[in-house]
Amino acid sequence: MKEKDQITRILATDCGSTTTKAILIEKRDNEYRLIVRGEAPTTVESPYEDVTKGVLNAIKEVEELAEIKILEGDDIIKREKNTGDGVDLYISTSSAGGGLQMMVAGVVDKMSAESAARAALGAGSIVMDVIATNDKRLDHERIKRIRTLRPDMILLSGGTDGGTITHVVQLAEIIEAADPKPRFGAGYKLPVIYAGNKNAADEVAKRLDKKTALYIVDNLRPTLERENLQPARDKIHELFMEHVMAQAPGYKKLMDMTDVPIMPTPGAVGLLIEAIGNRDNIEVLGVDIGGATTDIFSFFQKTFNRTVSANLGMSYSISNVVKEAGLKNIMRWVPFEMDEKDFRNRIRNKMIRPTTVPSTLDELQIEQAISREALRLALEQHKAMAVGLKGVQKERTISDAFDQSSSGATLVNMLTLNLVVGSGGVLSHAPRRVQSALMMIDAFLPEAVTMLTVDSIFMMPQLGVLSTVHDQAATEVFEKDCLVRLGSCIAPIGSIKEGMEAVTVKFDKEEHRVNFGDIKLIPMELGKRVKATIIPAKNLDMGIGKGKEIEAEIEGGVVGVIIDARGRRPFTLPEDEKTRVEKMNKWIKALNVYPEK
Amino acid sequence: MAHSYTPGLKVTEKAIVRKERRLPLKGNVLVKLGDVVKADDIVATTTLPGDVERLNLAGKLGVPSKEAPSFLKVKIGDTVKKDEIIAESKGFFGFFKSSIQSPIDGAVESFSEITGMLTLRKPPKKVEIDAYVNGKVVKVIENEGIVLETPATFIQGIFGIGGEVKGVLKLAVMSPDYVLKPQDITDDMKGKILIGGSLVTNEILRACVAKGVIGIVAGGINDKELKEFLGEEIGVAITGQEEKGITVVVTEGFGQMSMAKKTFDILKKNDGKKASINGATQIRAGVLRPEVIVTYDLNTDISESKHTEMGMDIGSVVRIIRQPFFGAIGRVVGLPHQLQKIETEAHVRVLEFQFDDGKKIVLPRTNVELIEE
Repeated sequence: MKEKDQITRILATDCGSTTTKAILIEKRDNEYRLIVRGEAPTTVESPYEDVTKGVLNAIKEVEELAEIKILEGDDIIKREKNTGDGVDLYISTSSAGGGLQMMVAGVVDKMSAESAARAALGAGSIVMDVIATNDKRLDHERIKRIRTLRPDMILLSGGTDGGTITHVVQLAEIIEAADPKPRFGAGYKLPVIYAGNKNAADEVAKRLDKKTALYIVDNLRPTLERENLQPARDKIHELFMEHVMAQAPGYKKLMDMTDVPIMPTPGAVGLLIEAIGNRDNIEVLGVDIGGATTDIFSFFQKTFNRTVSANLGMSYSISNVVKEAGLKNIMRWVPFEMDEKDFRNRIRNKMIRPTTVPSTLDELQIEQAISREALRLALEQHKAMAVGLKGVQKERTISDAFDQSSSGATLVNMLTLNLVVGSGGVLSHAPRRVQSALMMIDAFLPEAVTMLTVDSIFMMPQLGVLSTVHDQAATEVFEKDCLVRLGSCIAPIGSIKEGMEAVTVKFDKEEHRVNFGDIKLIPMELGKRVKATIIPAKNLDMGIGKGKEIEAEIEGGVVGVIIDARGRRPFTLPEDEKTRVEKMNKWIKALNVYPEK
Repeated sequence: MAHSYTPGLKVTEKAIVRKERRLPLKGNVLVKLGDVVKADDIVATTTLPGDVERLNLAGKLGVPSKEAPSFLKVKIGDTVKKDEIIAESKGFFGFFKSSIQSPIDGAVESFSEITGMLTLRKPPKKVEIDAYVNGKVVKVIENEGIVLETPATFIQGIFGIGGEVKGVLKLAVMSPDYVLKPQDITDDMKGKILIGGSLVTNEILRACVAKGVIGIVAGGINDKELKEFLGEEIGVAITGQEEKGITVVVTEGFGQMSMAKKTFDILKKNDGKKASINGATQIRAGVLRPEVIVTYDLNTDISESKHTEMGMDIGSVVRIIRQPFFGAIGRVVGLPHQLQKIETEAHVRVLEFQFDDGKKIVLPRTNVELIEE
């Protein structure tokens, strides 16, 4: 790879489960900018069974659009100097073939097993199941589960260093008895990472060395009050490349083409979210809602967490959103009355023909209604998992650790949240940006003052992996071309009588009053930031107590500033169908969400 | 995107169909390259390791883990019968002995001196896979399975439930838009695969199961009724494992939908012939669609169908696969290059679509699928 300052043209691809996306970045006028983007169907499945075909097709589209020669046959031209044809750096991420699917095992479900799940999720994996000695299942049930799920990898943890070894050895015996087979390729052994009590490593090896490809790394919970996830995460990334990717069709070729190792897509997005949080010293919530899965990333109290809701998505998994949220919860977001039978059939038809797009306003509104519930459920799942470590040095006291299991207190705090980053088709490609803003507000219910953004064309994965090799390029493109700033959302907490004055927002010479139950849009151009005085009504709270005014910076954007006085804790929609529809249409009109019919 | 349309489902009267028959684990392939096999022939077998039963031996004996093996009456590797005594404590002077019986028929696999657990394993289970269709073995995947090839009628559905079944096709409707009534399901349909019309209801599915019908192919199904029939909601789109006594292949989609004329005509022609059908559907990665296969004599002359490389062009026959006009069939009369703004205000690649009556509409290219002719 060239020296950083010699890199002026970068090609990056992301192989998704349905589409492979390529972006071209160039240094022009002393800054890195996105030049063009191309895409093509992913070719992991039959009849192609070679991921590089889709990659090359996407690159060809980039070539055509940028009028730059990048390919020589099936090879990417790597430039000697930084002029002429070709690129200086090629990187890629991948979630094709279902991404990385893992099982984790730990001794206690709320302790080591939960830490193991966090390590796996943080590395970009889907966690198919968590096995723990106290998970109330019988051994034969656990064994059967390991066999039927056929994960790509197992992460085994348990016991603090120097503690008892019995329980973790018992888990190793369960894995041994299951004799697990990997998902791809009948001819190789399933990778198992052991990250538990170091004193049990020999006994674990005795049981698993022959039947699996065993790797031993540092304990991810060396003491009760310390979590050390990085060694396990690093090993997961390494094995993802060596085992999982290497088995997927065409990946060996792709691995030869890239300048740095291929990263699992969500792992790359996570890196970026963590970097933003750290750099700007803010709390961030990121979401990527795809066809099959929804990923949530969060950075609260300096702790990064990621979860993936494997079966919440807008096409393949759309019916599962209905199953999990319940039809009633989804239909409450549809701004017109609708017959249940018809509604169900429409959702199913989207599931079986996942590539179709809404072509009428009704269809768009239905999809956006479903997305609200998918996002809401994904955040609920994330909150339950992101109960990570408190304090600075990633340490916490034993009492904190026990609090976690007893109270399940989450790190996710909608009040202190500063920035929401939305991405994925339904958010990135919504015809009006205000639609994305409202979908995120309705689903996440941010409190007090929160900045809303979306990833313009979903290039966070590529920028995530780029940040590992060229931070400057990644940051510049992220700020200028990737992130679309929608505007601040102001939402007081609490509930008062409908129609009563709820909140007043003052800045410059402007003053905006909004009644309870209403939502209002204040136009404010992109880039403008003002200090505002926000005065909630007597029984509403902007975070420092009921009725207390706050000073806060609010920011404009392509949508503007949204004052949401519809209530929090609780936020409710009218039960009566007619009133609900009227109300929704009032909000839609206030924010100019959809074109007039 | 260069190929922003949905490739159609395959509906071909005569094509060369290849079927891979693969074991879930490595095993023995029973046929050779070039062999001609019948649908019911077993082509490969393997044994799945038996389920495991773990017994807390040390705990039951009330002794430290390390001491527990001395009480065992069996050795590692021994075969044991259910209720056979496998360990016994000595007790005091022969009294208060506690004996431990094997909970299963199987073998003693291992004992752990750390956890005190004894692992027993049930006997292996035999797994056999049949050929599913008549055909010739064109490839042997060593220790794993084969690939068969046969000339056949091949129809892909859009969604199905239930696994592979083989039976004689029976035309149960006279037109593709007919909705079956319970009285249409008669005793002589036992063991048959019905060719239905535009809708199967929960009532019809139950009537079919009651009369012993093993499969049904129809245009549409209501999701609400499917849920009633299955007794649960389908979450992710992975089916094929349902054991409801019938395999269903839906050719068009959810709701009442006339079966495409071409599909109906081909099926009608095959009335009375033996078919192999499978409802298994996986829309995520791998895109597995349900299917109906009727094989021909191996010597039937068939030119390879042209559908594989077909692209969308002016004149292509397509079906609309999203509201409004879901299910309508017509021709492509325009393929503008530029993105166009549609009702939702999204800018998408569109096509001009003409109905049979000459009426034209513009719709996103991704909302149609090609119908192969």
